[in-house]
Amino acid sequence: MANSSDADIKQTPLREVHEKFGARMVPFAGWNMPVQYSGIKAEHLAVRNDVGVFDISHMGQFIVSGENAGAWLNRQLTADINKLGDGQGQYTFMLNEQGGVIDDLIIYRTAADSYFMVVNASMIDEDYAWLAGKLEDGVTLENHSDAWAGLAVQGPKSSDLYSKLIGDALALPPRNGIATAEVDGETIVVCRTGYTGEDGYEFFCASEQGPKWFERFVTEGEEFGCLPCGLGARDSLRLEVCYPLNGSDLSPTRTPLQAGLKFAVAMDKGEFTGRSVLAKQLEEGLGERLVAFKMVGKSPPPRPHYPVAVNGEIISEACSAGLSPSLNEGIGMTYLPTELAKIGTQIEIDIRGRRFNAEIVKKPFYKKG
Amino acid sequence: MNVPDDLKYTESHEWIRIEGDTITVGITDHAQEELTDVVFVEVPDADEALEAGDPAAVVESVKAASDIYAPVDGVIVEGNEGLADEPDLVNTDPYGEGWIYRLKVNDVADLDGMLSADQYRELLG
Repeated sequence: MANSSDADIKQTPLREVHEKFGARMVPFAGWNMPVQYSGIKAEHLAVRNDVGVFDISHMGQFIVSGENAGAWLNRQLTADINKLGDGQGQYTFMLNEQGGVIDDLIIYRTAADSYFMVVNASMIDEDYAWLAGKLEDGVTLENHSDAWAGLAVQGPKSSDLYSKLIGDALALPPRNGIATAEVDGETIVVCRTGYTGEDGYEFFCASEQGPKWFERFVTEGEEFGCLPCGLGARDSLRLEVCYPLNGSDLSPTRTPLQAGLKFAVAMDKGEFTGRSVLAKQLEEGLGERLVAFKMVGKSPPPRPHYPVAVNGEIISEACSAGLSPSLNEGIGMTYLPTELAKIGTQIEIDIRGRRFNAEIVKKPFYKKG
Repeated sequence: MNVPDDLKYTESHEWIRIEGDTITVGITDHAQEELTDVVFVEVPDADEALEAGDPAAVVESVKAASDIYAPVDGVIVEGNEGLADEPDLVNTDPYGEGWIYRLKVNDVADLDGMLSADQYRELLG
C-alpha cells in the first residue's frame, strides 16, 4: 500500500470541518478534497436512501452579464439559451472548434442580462481563458470561484433537510432552477440539480460561511440519516446513472453526440462553436459511441483505462468504471465503434493481464424505484 | 488500533504470522481501515515463486486496487480462497479469517528484518 501527497495544492474553505468529521483527504483536480468519511459504500447508500452532503467548493462559478450576454452565450455553448427563463438552468457543453468537449457545465439564467455558470474544478482557468478570448462588447465575464463555498445536498430526504434549515427564507427552486436570497444578512444561492441521480440541490454561500453551513447540514441532518460524503461516493453515484465525467468520458477529441448526450445539444438554434463538426457527424455517422458495460460473473472491479477487447482483440479502454455499491456489480463505460455499440455485445476487460467477460447494457445502470 | 503482539509487520502494512518456515500474510487493522469496504481480493496461486517486494495479491476497495507485497523470497503455499465469496473478511477479521496467503520462505533468516509489534505501532505514530 502506498500514499501520495502534493505540496502545491489548493485547500477548500471547509478543510477544518472535514477533518473534524474524520475525512480522508486526497489530491483531486489540484485541490485537497475529502474522498470519504465513514466509507464510500455507506455514503453512497446514504444518498440513495436518505441524504448526503458533499463539499463542491472546488467547482467554479462564473457570472456572465450585459445586454449581449444571452446571444453571446448561445454561440459559446450547446444549449439554447433563448429557451431559458429567469431562474432556469440547463446542462450544456462548451466545445472546441472540432466539436470536442472543453467542459460540461450548468448554465442558469438569473435575469434577462445575467447568467450563472457552474464549471468543473479542473477546468476553471481553461474555461475562463477560452471564454475571455471570445468576449464581445456588451458582455462581462467574472470568475467568482474563490469567493464561494458550495455544498451539494443530495438524496430523497434532501428537501426535508432543506425545510428544516432554510424553511420559508427561500423556497427550494424547481428541478434545474436557481434561487437567490439574503438569509440573516448572508447571500445564498440554491440550484436544484446535482450529479447523483437523486433529488437534491447545490447550496452556495460566501467562502467564510461554508464551514458553518456544512456543519449545520450534517449535524441537523442526522435525524434524516444524513452523512457527510466524499468524492468517492460522488463518483460511484454518478457512474451508476451514467452521468459523464469530464476528462474520462468526455474529452476534447470526442463530441457530445459520440458520448450519447445529444439532449444537451440544440442543433436547431443556429451557429455555435463546434456545430459544423456535429452536423457532419449526424449526416455521415458518429464513428464510435460511449456505451455502458457490466461485468458478467465474478471479477475484480473494472477501473478507468483498463483495456477493452472485442473478439479477442483490444480495441478500446474503459472510461469511468468501478464497482456499483447499489448493484454490487462491476460497471463502466467505454467507446466502441458504432457497429459494436449495441446492447448485448460481448466484450472482455483486461484486468492485470487476465481477461474477464462483460457485456454492453442499456444506460443507466441504476434507475430510481 | 489492534496490533497483536505475536505477529511481525512490514512498513507497507502487511502482518506476518511465522510458523516454522511458512508464513501467513494479511493486511493490518490499520490498512483495512484505510482501505475501507474491501470488495475483491485477488489471491496468488499455489507454487508461484516470489521475491521480496513482488506483488503477491491485490486487495480492491470500492475506489482503488492496492498491491499486497511478498515480505521475503519464497513460494506460495496457498491463497485464501474464502475471500472469493467474502472479501469483506479482510475488514471484519483482518488477523483471522481475512488472511490473504501463505508463503514457504526460502531463508527464515530473512524474517529477522521484519518489524515487531512495538516498531509497527511506532510507525503508525
